[in-house]
Amino acid sequence: MSEPLLSMRDVVKRYGAVTALAGIDLEVRAGEVHALVGENGAGKSTLMKVLSGAVKPDGGVMRLGGAPYAPRGPDDALRRGVAMVYQELNLAPDLTVAQNLLLGRESSRLGWLRSSEDRRRVEAALARIEHPELAPDRRVADLGPGARQLVEIGRALVEDARIVVLDEPTSSLSAPQAETLYRVIARLRDDGVAVVFISHFLEEVKRVAERYTVLRDGRTVETGDLAEVPVAALVEAMVGRSLDEVYPTVPHERGAPILTLDGLAGEPWPRRASLTLHRGEILGVAGLVGAGRTELLRALFGLAPVKDGTVTVAGVTDRGRDPRARIGQGLGLVSEDRKEEGLSLTRSIGENLTLSRLPSRLGWLDVGAARRAAARWIGELSIKAQGGAQVVGELSGGNQQKVAIARLLHQDADVLLLDEPTRGVDVGSKVEIYTLIGELAAQGKAILMVSSYLPELLGVADRIAVMHRGALGEARPTTEWTEASLLDVAARGSEAA
Amino acid sequence: MRERLSRALDVAGPLIGLLVVMVLFAILVPDRFLTAYNFKTVATQTVIVGLGAIGMTFVMISGGIDLSIGSVIALVSVCTAVLLRDGSSEIVALLGGVGVGVLVGALNGLVITRAKIVPFIVTLGTMGVARGVAKWLGDEQTVRADAGWLADLMKKTPDPGWLLLAKGVWITLVLAGVMTLVLRRTVLGTHCFAIGSSEPTARLCGVHVERVKLAVYAIGGLFAGVAGVLQFGRLTVGDPTTAIGLELDVIAAVVIGGGSLAGGRGSIVGALLGAFFMSVLANGCTLSGVPTYVQEILVGAIIVLAVGLDRLRRGA
Repeated sequence: MSEPLLSMRDVVKRYGAVTALAGIDLEVRAGEVHALVGENGAGKSTLMKVLSGAVKPDGGVMRLGGAPYAPRGPDDALRRGVAMVYQELNLAPDLTVAQNLLLGRESSRLGWLRSSEDRRRVEAALARIEHPELAPDRRVADLGPGARQLVEIGRALVEDARIVVLDEPTSSLSAPQAETLYRVIARLRDDGVAVVFISHFLEEVKRVAERYTVLRDGRTVETGDLAEVPVAALVEAMVGRSLDEVYPTVPHERGAPILTLDGLAGEPWPRRASLTLHRGEILGVAGLVGAGRTELLRALFGLAPVKDGTVTVAGVTDRGRDPRARIGQGLGLVSEDRKEEGLSLTRSIGENLTLSRLPSRLGWLDVGAARRAAARWIGELSIKAQGGAQVVGELSGGNQQKVAIARLLHQDADVLLLDEPTRGVDVGSKVEIYTLIGELAAQGKAILMVSSYLPELLGVADRIAVMHRGALGEARPTTEWTEASLLDVAARGSEAA
Repeated sequence: MRERLSRALDVAGPLIGLLVVMVLFAILVPDRFLTAYNFKTVATQTVIVGLGAIGMTFVMISGGIDLSIGSVIALVSVCTAVLLRDGSSEIVALLGGVGVGVLVGALNGLVITRAKIVPFIVTLGTMGVARGVAKWLGDEQTVRADAGWLADLMKKTPDPGWLLLAKGVWITLVLAGVMTLVLRRTVLGTHCFAIGSSEPTARLCGVHVERVKLAVYAIGGLFAGVAGVLQFGRLTVGDPTTAIGLELDVIAAVVIGGGSLAGGRGSIVGALLGAFFMSVLANGCTLSGVPTYVQEILVGAIIVLAVGLDRLRRGA
């Protein structure tokens, strides 16, 4: 093989004291689909930012197509043929498909658009992703998530990209939509484009990609041909330890039922979800992104409207449905969106920790009690911080998440609703969080845990239920599931099982 | 300790600014600036904006804004005058005036929380409505009435003399103390900060966001009400055209004092220092014969400078 299309050697990136990339090696060849895998926080997103020119590396060498590559910004990277398709869709919903494809790169003469020239470019790009519903004049707001993902890819093609980086492109797609995407990816590959494919679903990775690179803690730890490596070995390479060490088993025993959902329906999701959760039980909820898992937790907790159905906690049915009432009933929610909702990043650890149950008398705060509570939970959960007065935003992701969980412990919740509790958390903190979840179950608390990361659900939960398009399937013992069967039901619904 | 230190630094900015202008004018016009009488004058001139700023601090910490303060002050001054003219006692007129302020504030809060319209628009609307109602009540004229002891509240040289400063100044200081405690030591105050820092987080933690906002705008109205009554005391007439544009001075005071339009930050001490700073600047400029337009340019530049410096300090 001649020189690879893209090569990165020992790329380093630091943010202050935090080393995001400690030495990345990556080689991507023209005409291949290259999978980039790693846990959250392994450095994938930083690597992408370096590649796309959004962030300048502190060290290392990058070469593209035989020439040194040091993009001055995303614009420059795109001109050199490196295109990003981000996980969060970056489309302007009120513009048409064509306008979105061309956004920021309209051909013009003296400031006036040259529409015929543009039209040609758009049609050429759309032809390459061959998707009839993508008429150039449709408003993006009228398209479904699958079609939007294709528009994003189309954007990369308008500029004749040589490398297209896809960041978890199927995480919000249904099975047929994902199939379409796989076909487009294969076509690009056959055209000689290098596709970098980032995904959490290892089964999917094995299907779509030919070669892989594993990142861990900001380093490249492994690279090779996917055909030769079993999924379990990939997982162990990602976490850097054997699976038994990652998912510690804390013995816990299932007790009496504490939370019952009966036909809980929201707007638009969940669709009549029923479920019984017991004390001392960890119940996992799997499903695609957008399947309605977060909506289920939010409707249950009173953050989203409930259309129908009931929630019974410890024998009491729906005395009130707002979060205050749910907290009173012994529920607590850890949000999937830690930065915007889960925590108030500009406030102190102490304030974040006690906000859902402020120690007070007749409206006046008991400042001493609040301070003691903060100190207590910082100690018990070994949160690495200077003290309760430190601003939460200064902590690492793992420690932030511990503060979010500590809030539920401070409010003495019996039922913990955890939405993606290990998102954006390093492996070490993950293990601590898993252990903590196990210990809480052992204390008789009930845990309802939503996660998109299947190994984690399989490793931690006692039972798992799968959500598909707003419908919650039956919770079955974890031993009856495999990653493949979970993914299958998640993508196609329970009739597939 | 760290928390205290950071709070102390929060008010250090306006304090330093204040000292700088005071020293400057003390050098420029020592004989006129550095007199007890002048100090009394400046303190009294700070009262109206200062009171407005106490309420506005609450509103801005919660992430909102209240543009109706100036109009509400005018409306309250007219209402107070009308009550007195029609034979009410001073205390009834005072309570009535303050009540009107609370009512308008609560109305702001209701529309903001129920109709889910952004505070800027709602209070922009109230700004017009309150001003219009004030003119209507006053028949587009100032309303004359015997102010009785309400006029004493804003006398620069108070009676009894041992008070040294106008009673209105003391009222402002006492209310500032009380409200600082409310902000720092009560559940309401904490919820106010929580909502301004991150409303979704507050909701997640079971904070009754709507109720707190309603309370916050009612407090804003309360202080506009007190300011309106004192404004009446100062003018001894109810004037529907008074305090036009005052809301901007109030916002400037809060911002110079470390408040943020994005919410989650601010202190009452800082806001009062900000208000005092602007009064001193205006007074000093007048005494040294600097034309008003220069003053306006200075205040404008200082607002931007204060926020810029604050940002720099936080970034460091």
